[in-house]
Amino acid sequence: MTSSMSILLAFAAEPKLPKLPDSPYFWMPPSASVTAENTDTLYNAMLWMSVFFTVAIAYTMFRFCTKYRAKSRAANEIAQKTSEHNTMLELTWSIIPLCIVVPLFVGGFKGFVDLRTPPKAAMEIRATGQKWKWLFTYPGLGTPDDTLHVPVNTPVRMVINAVDVIHSLYIPSFRTKMDAVPGRYTDMWFKATQVGDYPIFCAEYCGTSHSDMLSHVVVHPPGGYEKWLAKTIAAADSLTGVDRGVMLYEKQGCSTCHSVDGTPKVGPSWKGIFGKMEAMTGGAPMKVDENYLRESMMDPQAHIVMGFTPAMPTYQGKLSDKDIDGLIEYIKSLK
Amino acid sequence: MASPSTTADVVAPRSTSSDDNYLTHDKGVLSWIFTLDHKRIGVMYLFSVLAAFALGGFFALIVRTELLTPGRTIIDHDTYNKMFTLHGAIMVFLVIIPGIPAALGNIIMPLQLGAKDVAFPRLNLASYHLWIVGACFMLSSLVINAVDTGWTFYTPYSTTTSTAVVPAAFGAFILGFSSIFTGLNFIVTMHKLRPPGMHFFRMPLFCWALYSTALIQVLATPVIGITLLMMIVERTLHIGIFDPTLGGDPVLFQHFFWFYSHPAVYIMIVPAFGVIGDIIPVFSRKRIFGYKFIAISSLAIAFLGFLVWGHHMFVSGQSVLAGTIFSAITFLIAIPTAIKVFNWLTTMYKGVIHLDTPMLYALAFLWVFTIGGLTGIFLAVMSVDVHLHDTYFVVAHFHYVMMGGAITAFMGGLHYWWPKAFGRMYDEKLGRIAAGFVFTGLNVTFFPQFILGSRGMPRRYYNYLPEFQPLHQLSTLGAYTLAVGFLLTAYYLFRSLKHGRIAPANPWGATTLEWQCSSPPPYYNFHKPPAVTQGPYDGYENLVYDEKIGGYVPRKANPA
Amino acid sequence: MTQSTSESVTKPKAGGHGTPPQAGHDEHADHGHGHGDGPHLAHHFDTYQQQFDAGKLGIWLFLLTEVLFFSGLFCAYTVYRAQHPEVFVYAHYFLNTNMGALNTCVLLISSLTAAWAVRNAQLAQKGLLIFNIVITIACAFTFMTVKYFEYAHKFHDGLLPGPNFHPTEQVWELDSFKQKHPEAAEFAEMLSKRAEARAKGTAAEKEAPLITQRPTEEQIEPLMKAGLIGPNSEEPMGISRPRNAHVFFSIYFFMTGLHGIHVIGGIIVWAWLLKRAVRGEFGPKYFGPIDYAALYWHLVDLVWIYLFPLLYLIH
Repeated sequence: MTSSMSILLAFAAEPKLPKLPDSPYFWMPPSASVTAENTDTLYNAMLWMSVFFTVAIAYTMFRFCTKYRAKSRAANEIAQKTSEHNTMLELTWSIIPLCIVVPLFVGGFKGFVDLRTPPKAAMEIRATGQKWKWLFTYPGLGTPDDTLHVPVNTPVRMVINAVDVIHSLYIPSFRTKMDAVPGRYTDMWFKATQVGDYPIFCAEYCGTSHSDMLSHVVVHPPGGYEKWLAKTIAAADSLTGVDRGVMLYEKQGCSTCHSVDGTPKVGPSWKGIFGKMEAMTGGAPMKVDENYLRESMMDPQAHIVMGFTPAMPTYQGKLSDKDIDGLIEYIKSLK
Repeated sequence: MASPSTTADVVAPRSTSSDDNYLTHDKGVLSWIFTLDHKRIGVMYLFSVLAAFALGGFFALIVRTELLTPGRTIIDHDTYNKMFTLHGAIMVFLVIIPGIPAALGNIIMPLQLGAKDVAFPRLNLASYHLWIVGACFMLSSLVINAVDTGWTFYTPYSTTTSTAVVPAAFGAFILGFSSIFTGLNFIVTMHKLRPPGMHFFRMPLFCWALYSTALIQVLATPVIGITLLMMIVERTLHIGIFDPTLGGDPVLFQHFFWFYSHPAVYIMIVPAFGVIGDIIPVFSRKRIFGYKFIAISSLAIAFLGFLVWGHHMFVSGQSVLAGTIFSAITFLIAIPTAIKVFNWLTTMYKGVIHLDTPMLYALAFLWVFTIGGLTGIFLAVMSVDVHLHDTYFVVAHFHYVMMGGAITAFMGGLHYWWPKAFGRMYDEKLGRIAAGFVFTGLNVTFFPQFILGSRGMPRRYYNYLPEFQPLHQLSTLGAYTLAVGFLLTAYYLFRSLKHGRIAPANPWGATTLEWQCSSPPPYYNFHKPPAVTQGPYDGYENLVYDEKIGGYVPRKANPA
Repeated sequence: MTQSTSESVTKPKAGGHGTPPQAGHDEHADHGHGHGDGPHLAHHFDTYQQQFDAGKLGIWLFLLTEVLFFSGLFCAYTVYRAQHPEVFVYAHYFLNTNMGALNTCVLLISSLTAAWAVRNAQLAQKGLLIFNIVITIACAFTFMTVKYFEYAHKFHDGLLPGPNFHPTEQVWELDSFKQKHPEAAEFAEMLSKRAEARAKGTAAEKEAPLITQRPTEEQIEPLMKAGLIGPNSEEPMGISRPRNAHVFFSIYFFMTGLHGIHVIGGIIVWAWLLKRAVRGEFGPKYFGPIDYAALYWHLVDLVWIYLFPLLYLIH
């Protein structure tokens, strides 16, 4: 197929985009967390202060230009004598800005400490950033999910890390963000105040599909989160075989790099590969069988199909044997 | 400057361009490549920087065109990432950091000082040659596989991506030395080559600004040098400084990088302050208000600029204590900056205001820089920065200060000193029209980006949510307006080289020393050091406009 | 007064200076040698003193940039040593302190001769000046030769940065370790034999020597400090080198390599100055280049004075 068609198809296969929620504010998204208030108050204060100073300076400039405009150079007008330095004035317009910025600093400091001090009883959810998918791990749920679910009015502490490069977990409606750094854990917390569905962005450039590393947070009404968790755990446990594979294909991020319709993406498409003899980088041919598929999940750099880059992260520790079997069954089914 | 009757070096009324000057003194390409004349070096820098600006601007137009629609418009993900990276790297390293100091500063500063040249002319030439070599390396990456890391080269992405990071980073490394040598040269020049009477506090504010900038160049640039070297070594030899899988720390890179790159933004803006400080008094026919405060505030900004790098890292996992200190000091920098803006405005009070193109750019600067500076305050507030970091708000902020600040001032300085450097006047009407396009384009391009950012749109995004489209389209419209303004400027400036009115020595009626020699100046600047008996903005009342030459001459004691 | 532009001007020289009206020396066609009031006085300076002062300020500024350049690496060193002291203790046994000390002496001597050379230039003592410059260059070459042997030794022993770090010897087998900590070396040998035996299976393990009594301070402490046993070791339950031991060698090669490049740069500069000294260019009025080169050389020496204890003399 032509390259433009394959590009269109790639887009057709893209996961659904989160919707940007309607906001009552012009400048900000909806305010959906307890810490958003500090941010919004300070932002508005600075906005008005900036408008005031900008207008004042612009007006002064405009007034001077009109009132004191020269008639022409030939007229050789001489400027009126005014003082050329005035220490009192310099001090005044140093101290007044100082008096304005100090409360801003204090407000920002207080807000920041709040943002970075999770309450002791916060419930924990793990977030992992990888190119180019967010995966969230819940207590009791074996497989990670690609959507963040939280209960309303409950403090939640996100424990964040990355597997490859630096990413950043950004939830605009909660006004919070924290970098996901490989090799260490970072954390951030929030307490959602409104039920709804809010976008999650990756806010640290991480390569080709940085702008597609989208997710969303579903804030459940009271009782909703527990129901969702129970249902998901049951489904995850009960799912076997091809169904399990289909679920994992989305939830584990395989869909980011492997299509199921034949379109090559970052990785080879799964359609029709089972049983094929493929040439690996280095030339040696290998059969795409159960062993090869398992090896590709656990040690992806071992044998790479010729023409593709070594971009796949390892799923060691993330996929149980049941998961691997399910994925293999699913791939088998894609004739 | 010297009292009217002894301005012996003022040129005769009808100086034509056939008179010998630094442009005509030596002929041939080699006489330019191996010149030791600071003015010629400055001219070569000027055209090189403008060419790089055109290339970086072209990449910017590609980026903005792609952003007309939420999905793919004209290029794919990887190409887009390379475009914004190269736009940033070219603009930062090839245009704005060298821009005003190396181009305008080299041509004008020794003249303003009353010196024959800079302290180390060969080092100056070496600076320029290094710029060329650095540019070649950086652009060579274009033909290999380009770079897609963002101009900030964050690890571990930059040490693992398959694009041509090493040539680009090595190019930036070499450009760092070009910058260091320029700064070193300027510091020694201002300390050792001032003629008698030219005390430090009689130097024009442009010199003060270049001096403060030079201090930053000398002290900060070596750190980016070693950082880039470490990154290159890490990438090629995998030695594990920044790579977490080898025991390294990726956040350490950010500390090293921003330790230079924050002072670097002051390298970009402080010379702009200097240009504005020279233009406003001349076009208000009035001595600058608060000269000493403006001069010292440049030094204060240079100093404080070294202490705030962590305000780029509030969400990196940096400790709360560190963040607090960085935030507090960042606010302090606002104060000397505000002082400058207020002093410039007060200079215009009860002045005689001429709205020629240089002054239009200076006034544009005041508006645009105010917005840029104030939005920096938003980012200095720690809790608000958590929301705004890495969004379009940051992009808008730095474009307002860099494009609206540094580039606008560069344009103002270019128009102000163009007659001096090339002996020709450009078309004033076209100048004003282009200034209008540039000012409008600036605001239409970047103001919507504040809104995009505060609404949550992250930066460096190829695709975006469809709800953001109207603001993006407005921004792209502004970008094309900017392009029209700059293209028009290029047209009439180049045209003036052949067809412009011959420029008098002093078209604007300024009193700093560079206007006391011919336009263009002779290759040796001054026969003997000029007598300096007054401040750089004294004596406007001693100059009168002579319509025959279209410039200012000393007021005669007895009537003609 | 005549106007500047209509003066008759002599033909310009290569390099485009031209001759200012009042000077007369046309013999100095050398690029950059001034045509001012005397030889070696650049045209934009009024006096030799001004030229010298400018150069002096210039070289100090340049040295300041060099300090900042190296400071990044010293910073990385500090951060890593603070976070992983055991890596540094482990690795320093592999370095030959004697060779490091020899290099230190060599550089100190060369700094002496460099400083002396400045005096020679000031007093126009051409013979002595040439002698001292030659000694300085010779010392620099000696330094690089010793460095070459050290590097070759490390390559041979597999002590390379990053993923190429594959030491051929265990640290407790080194003479430097055995001399300092004989009991610990023996104990480590025994632990490693037991570990090998365990890997082979239970029959072999029975034949391995037993640990019959509690290990002493002298046996355990040096091994803990070097990260060979304990939580920082690659084998927390056994004995092996510390994790990320290659970081030290990355830093070692980077810092000494960069320093070496600066030594080579210095050699080139001194060689050029030697040529000029032979031509008799230096005297009481003009000795700046020797002074500036000596200052640069002192800094190169100073950087080594810091590197030596930080890398070689770790306890």
